Amino acid sequence: MTTTDTPPKVDVDSVRALSKRRPRSGGLRRAVPPTTLLWVLAALYGLPVLWFVLSSFKPAGDLFSLPLTVLPHDPTLSGYTAAWDSANFSQYFINTTIVCVITTILTVGISCCTGYALAKYDNKWLKVFFLCILATTMLPSEVMLAPEFLVVRNLGLYNSFAGIILPAVLTATGCFMFRQFFLTVPDELIEAARIDGARELSIFLRIMVPISRPIMLTLAILSFQWRWNDYIWPLLMLNDPEKFTVQIGIQSLVGAQNINWSVLLGGSVISMIPLILVFLVFQRYVMNADINAGLKD
Amino acid sequence: MTKRASDVSASPPRRRSKYTLAPLVLITANVVLFSLFFVWPAVIGLVYSFTNYTGVGAFQFVGLDNYQNLFGDSVFYDALARTLLYAVLVVPLNFVLSLLIANLVVSKQAKGASVARVIFFVPWLISPIVVGVLWRWLFGENFGLINYVIEKLGGSAIAWQSNADLSLGVVVMAGAWWGTAFSMLLFIAAIKNVPTSYYEAASLDGAGPWRQFISITLPSIAPTSFIVILLNTINAMKEYPLFLALNNGGPGTSNNLLVQYIYQTGFKTGQIGYASAASFVLMLILMAVAIIQLIANRRMENR
Repeated sequence: MTTTDTPPKVDVDSVRALSKRRPRSGGLRRAVPPTTLLWVLAALYGLPVLWFVLSSFKPAGDLFSLPLTVLPHDPTLSGYTAAWDSANFSQYFINTTIVCVITTILTVGISCCTGYALAKYDNKWLKVFFLCILATTMLPSEVMLAPEFLVVRNLGLYNSFAGIILPAVLTATGCFMFRQFFLTVPDELIEAARIDGARELSIFLRIMVPISRPIMLTLAILSFQWRWNDYIWPLLMLNDPEKFTVQIGIQSLVGAQNINWSVLLGGSVISMIPLILVFLVFQRYVMNADINAGLKD
Repeated sequence: MTKRASDVSASPPRRRSKYTLAPLVLITANVVLFSLFFVWPAVIGLVYSFTNYTGVGAFQFVGLDNYQNLFGDSVFYDALARTLLYAVLVVPLNFVLSLLIANLVVSKQAKGASVARVIFFVPWLISPIVVGVLWRWLFGENFGLINYVIEKLGGSAIAWQSNADLSLGVVVMAGAWWGTAFSMLLFIAAIKNVPTSYYEAASLDGAGPWRQFISITLPSIAPTSFIVILLNTINAMKEYPLFLALNNGGPGTSNNLLVQYIYQTGFKTGQIGYASAASFVLMLILMAVAIIQLIANRRMENR
């Protein structure tokens, strides 16, 4: 993390140019191929989204009129308003937000507890439980759709938000991230607190929880993204259209006999907005995060 | 950083196992969730896979019938083959693209990397359903931008939707496009952790950038590569929403993947027992993939 990208870049470059045996100011010339490649790739990744978003501002009649134009002639929000009104989108939005926020809070809290226990206590059964958690990545809920559905139905959670929230709370990635983080916290910190007479759980709550804030934010963003984008499980669990989530709403537009592209484009773009906002605000927690802390080694 | 972590955890010779209550309290919630939503479904899934259960009413044990039927079911084979083909195509594509982009983003010579990084990140924020919609919009046979451009350039429209293989190709592109950001993130972190002194030494010895990449970067990030491949393979094997939104597993049923097959047998036709058997075959495949990669990884590290 010592390499903060932006400010020292120039210095490093010039220092490098000096120290290299090739003294001619190759800096600029050598920068051309990688920069070009980078931006060609960035264009390939960005253009589909750009085209999609620009199309969503076209009036329904212009979507298919040839020649296709990059910029909409007379930009309109009609697709957006149609999507928002027609498909009960506002309700879906509220539902999805509720589910995402609750699941995220639970995931972060419970993963933090588990990760701390796995990192700082040494018991046989903790090791076994750690392996169990890792095993959940092998058997994702998509694979056990039918039995998991029956379990949730038998618990009486069918057609309720709890039926979507609870099965999604346990994530191996979350526990892993917290475990790796707490492994880097020196044991002396705990020993000192113990000598001062602090009880185990208050050590956790008063000392460990506050210092793990960066991991919490990173996991919160990841979890929010996972849950916002979930499709198959909410689809199975919910049958009351009042409780549908945004993704189900969009897929029902795609599944229609004649796709109403204007509404579909508007709805899709609306559904992207929350995550993009969250990402832009908390960008550095995702970008600089040692997500590797959770997954590497 | 990781090195320090293992030192810390290893240093006290006898760890206090006198604490049982505190860790127990801390993991309770996850133990409950694990038993409810993992062990229980896994157990009843295994049991049901030997029955003709339909989700309601009584059921009979039918022994290995479900599994035998499964291996005689050409629809299942097609779905399995298609899933494997998808994984074999999308995982390497994702790997190469994300590794390339991670190197470019980290490289000090590429200008504007911090802005480009955000662009690479946007696809990952889009849900698989919307990614499907987006690529469907782009690759529409009659209305899509791609075919329009191809026709403008003098080519003829390509059957992106009605040709099964091309249709799979579009999903592969969409899947790699979507998944790049996360793999890239892991690679960036790994590449930044490689000590710069290695590169300095190598460049003093006259090693070019390619040579440095092959001899320093690749071996140093091997554990991350392993994780990226493993996670992407698992994700590819269970892909469903992307196909659903992009081509609905079509044309026809030609691009139905395993999860869609399980979903349809389990929930559309109500053959819970049969679907559970298919689930267990998929699970065995995922475990096999993980074990093979684990062994390969050990070999690489011991070499």
